[in-house]
Order: sequence, then structure tokens, then C-alpha cells
Amino acid sequence: MYTDKVMDHFLNPRNVGTIPDADGIGEVGNPVCGDMMTFYIKVKDGRLIDIKFQTFGCGAAIAVSSMVSEMAKGKTLEEAMKITNELVAQELGGLPKNKMHCSNLGADALHKAIENYKKKQEEQSKSSLGDDEEESKKEGRTWSHCPYCDAPLPENVMLCSRCQIRLIRCEHCGELVREDEETCSHCGAALH
Amino acid sequence: MFGFYADRQAATSVKAEALEAMLPFFRENFGNAQSLHSIGQKASEALEKAREQVASLLDSQPEEIIFVASGSEANNLAIKGLALANQAKGKHLVISAIEHVSILKSVKFLEKLGFRSTIVPVDEYGRVHPDRVAEAITSETVLVSVMMANNEVGTIQPIAEISRVCKEKGVLFHSDGVAAVGNIPVNVKTSGVDALSLAADQFGGPKGAAALYVKKGVKLTPLIDGGNQEGSRRGGTENVPAIVGLGVAAQLSAQEMKERNQKLVVLRDKLIQGLLARIDEVILTGHPVERLPYHASFCIKFVEGESMLLSLDLKGIQVASGSACTSKSLRASHVLLAMGIDQATAQGSLVISLLDEAKEEEVDYFLDNFPPIVQRLRQMSPLYTKHLQEKKDVYR
Repeated sequence: MYTDKVMDHFLNPRNVGTIPDADGIGEVGNPVCGDMMTFYIKVKDGRLIDIKFQTFGCGAAIAVSSMVSEMAKGKTLEEAMKITNELVAQELGGLPKNKMHCSNLGADALHKAIENYKKKQEEQSKSSLGDDEEESKKEGRTWSHCPYCDAPLPENVMLCSRCQIRLIRCEHCGELVREDEETCSHCGAALH
Repeated sequence: MFGFYADRQAATSVKAEALEAMLPFFRENFGNAQSLHSIGQKASEALEKAREQVASLLDSQPEEIIFVASGSEANNLAIKGLALANQAKGKHLVISAIEHVSILKSVKFLEKLGFRSTIVPVDEYGRVHPDRVAEAITSETVLVSVMMANNEVGTIQPIAEISRVCKEKGVLFHSDGVAAVGNIPVNVKTSGVDALSLAADQFGGPKGAAALYVKKGVKLTPLIDGGNQEGSRRGGTENVPAIVGLGVAAQLSAQEMKERNQKLVVLRDKLIQGLLARIDEVILTGHPVERLPYHASFCIKFVEGESMLLSLDLKGIQVASGSACTSKSLRASHVLLAMGIDQATAQGSLVISLLDEAKEEEVDYFLDNFPPIVQRLRQMSPLYTKHLQEKKDVYR
């Protein structure tokens, strides 16, 4: 199910913990989805000198968090903002398809921590800092996978060509779910 | 490495006697049970013997047993087959909130054909109250289905009482007995069911063999149209070797049941008490007493199920975090949510279901190895950190 590298990061996660005097904190997910990550960062001279995380979730979620922390530590903020969820999955030697969207949120959590840091800086200096917002939005999904049979789905296609299941996007969490379900299988929100 | 397989609800190992009885039907006696020649007749005789063995386990007549390929198929046949055959009476179905997905989705299918359904709630222990069933039944109700025992939380339902309610109201009653039959005494006469599902892989038989009991005189629409197999109620060439294995496993389970359950209950209770004593912030899910003898289930707060399973597997311990059928859906179990357990807690579900061969040293091995795993995962969990913080704030 998981690559050796995922298992290594799950069993020996790097940088677990909290930073009481963190410069930035980022949180993603919620317990309804089954995955929740909190990232803490320390920044000096525009570089991430320390990263710590805590994760509630499956093996993939823990490994992803650990991998992101390792990839980003020592990098400049700009470099760290370029780490995408897809890059993290690649670095781990791949993740099962049904884990790609739910558990692969580590880069998002890190970016949120960086944004939180920048916001604090802005508030402190009362001057606008940057144009990095666009950068964080760049990472787009062009393909997703049918949540039922894992067949690849081009963007905006709502009928799986393999299993013929009709899909809709949950208005609450944005994930693809089966049209005839009453509640979202990811976040539990009512669908209709 | 020391091993401990405790995922009985997903699969049991096939009993040696059952496997031995099956083997000749792959090569020497490979015939089709519908053939009129002697090789075919050997298969046919074996099939009828298995039917008698299953009937004897349930105290039914052999002709009331329909062989199918899985517990899910038995449930599909029961819900769709009984509802469609008897729809002249009405198009309303009553089921409980903790049924297996094969029941839930069969009901959804029928709703597309114009049926309506009422879902009866369960209490905090996952028990269905007969009064709630009685309230849900209308003059349009054609079928009630409540499972005999739940695979995720182990709770055994008051089936005879629910059955009585259905009799009084003149409504057909099906029970999904997949987790129960072969594991606890089940008698179709005293329980009063009109239909009952069972599956061989839950009690030492092979995968691919299951059965639906349908009381004589009850109308059923087949789902697989074909030849005259199974009294024309289920077409398709019979899986003779697997059905032979089912028959032998049924016979053995009846012989061994009393002694085996006396042993399993002791191990189960040691496991439950041991785990509750060693780890804080844990809840026992399901009924404390009215539960399957082999079944212990919990929610471990602040950790997620899969991370526990992976860690345990590396110690040679195989358990589950809910039903095997929905293990990849990533969502919290509908059974736990129906019992009023919150989403985050439900993510920490752990289901330990003991095999017949379970040993006390295996339970001890589990109890020694599990607490450090929970501790490690909790130290990583933002929810646990929040919990500790809140606790500190309360004492302040």
C-alpha cells in the first residue's frame, strides 16, 4: 500500500512537535476528514531555520508532514512556497490515489504558516510586504481521480468513464463525491 | 516475529476439515451439479449434503436454504428479492441505522424504483429498540430488516422481540446474520425470522460461499435469472467446492460453539478490561454484555485508525478500524455516528475480533504492545495537545 519511504517517515517522523514562540502557525484539515496538520515555523533572514509539526491522521498524512518539514527546513520563504503537494508525494515515491487529496496537505499547511508569518510582519511594520499571494494560488489541479474506481478524471468532467458513476463537487470541502450520496464522504456536509 | 491475527470479521482461516472436504470437488468430482450423468450427480449429492448441514445449524428445512456467493449477495437478494416479490402489499421498508452497506445500498436502489424507507435509530450501545421498529411500521410496510449482530461494534440485537413486533403487524422480517451465524446460537424457529443471511468466511468456511434462508411459503424474486439452480431462485452454476466447505464449517461450528465461546468470552473480557485499564481517553464501543463472544471494539481518542493499524501490523498484529468493506472510504463509520459518537472520535475506531484459535499470550502480547503505539501517535497529534491544554486550563 505505501512505499518504503512513506513507511520510514511514518515510523520515524522528522521534526515532530510544537514551537511555543513560533513566528508563524498554519493549520489545515479537520477531524471530519480524518486528517489535521499544524505547522510551526521559525524564520531568520528570510529563511526557515526551524519547522515543527503535529498531525492527526493516517500513515500518509504523518509521512507527508514529515517529508514537507524536511524539504523546507533551511530554505528561503520563496523556495518553500514553491514546494507543492505533488512534489511532496513524488519525493515520497508516490502515494495511493485515494490519499492524494485528503492526506496530501502538508505543503498547504506549511504555506499557511508562512502566510501567517508574513501577515504578522505586515501588521508589525504596517507596510505591505509582497506579491506572494499569487504564487500560493498557482498550484492548480488539472486532473483528479474518481473517488470510487480511481480512474483518472479530466477537470470538470463529472461522469466517470470507467465506472459510470455521476459525481458532484461538495460545496463545503470541494472534493468529488457520488451524486446520489446524501452527505459528503470527505467532510460529512449535507450535499443536496 | 510473534503474530496475532484478530480480524475475524474480515476473514477466518478455512478449517482443515472443510478444506479437505472441498479438494475432491476441484479435480476428481469436478462435475456440474445440474448434469444428469454420474459425475454431475456426485456434485449434486455434495450440494444437497451441504444444504442439510446448513439447515441443521439453523434448525430450518434444507429447501429453505439458497446458496449464494457472498454475504452481500445474500443481503441484496433478501432486500430486493423480498421487496419486489411482495410489493403488492406496499412499497415501504424499515431498516436500522447500523446495517451493512449491502443493505443500505439495496434500499437506495429500491428507492429509485419508487420504494420509501424509514431508518430506525439505535441507542448509544448500538441496540435497536423493538418499540422504535413498531413505530416505524406503516400499513404500506412490506419488509423490516435488522442485523442480528453488528460487525463493527459487536452488539447483538433483540431479534426475537423485533421479530414478534413484525409478526403482530404482519410484516416480513429479514435479519443479516453474517456476523452471528456460526458464531453464536441462531435458530430460525425461536428467532422467528422470515429470511436470514449468512456467510461461510465468518466461521471457518471459504470465501465465495454464503446462503440466504427464506422461510417456506415466502415469495422471493430472483436477482440472477438463469437455470433451475437453487429452486430457480438463484441462477448460475453452483460453486460446489466452496459450498461443500460451507457445509462442513457449519457442522463443525455447531459442534464446537459452546466450548469455543466459553474460551473466547474470557479472552475478550481480558482484552477489554486490560485495554481500558492501560490507556486513558478510550471508549468501549457497542454493548458491554450483549456482544459477540469474539468481539472487542473501541474508539481511541485523538488518534486516527489507520495509523494504529499500520503500527500494529509492524508488530505482527492484524486488526481493523471498522468494517473491511468500507476500509478505503476514509469516512467515519456510519455505525459509530449513529451511536452518537462524534466524527473525530469515530476516526479512532479499533476493532479486534478473535479467531477460534486465539490464545491468552496473544492477548497479553497485544496489551503490552498497543499502549506505546497510542502514546507515540498521541504525542504527534494536535488534538491531543489541545486536549492537554484544555485540561490544564480547567485545573488552573
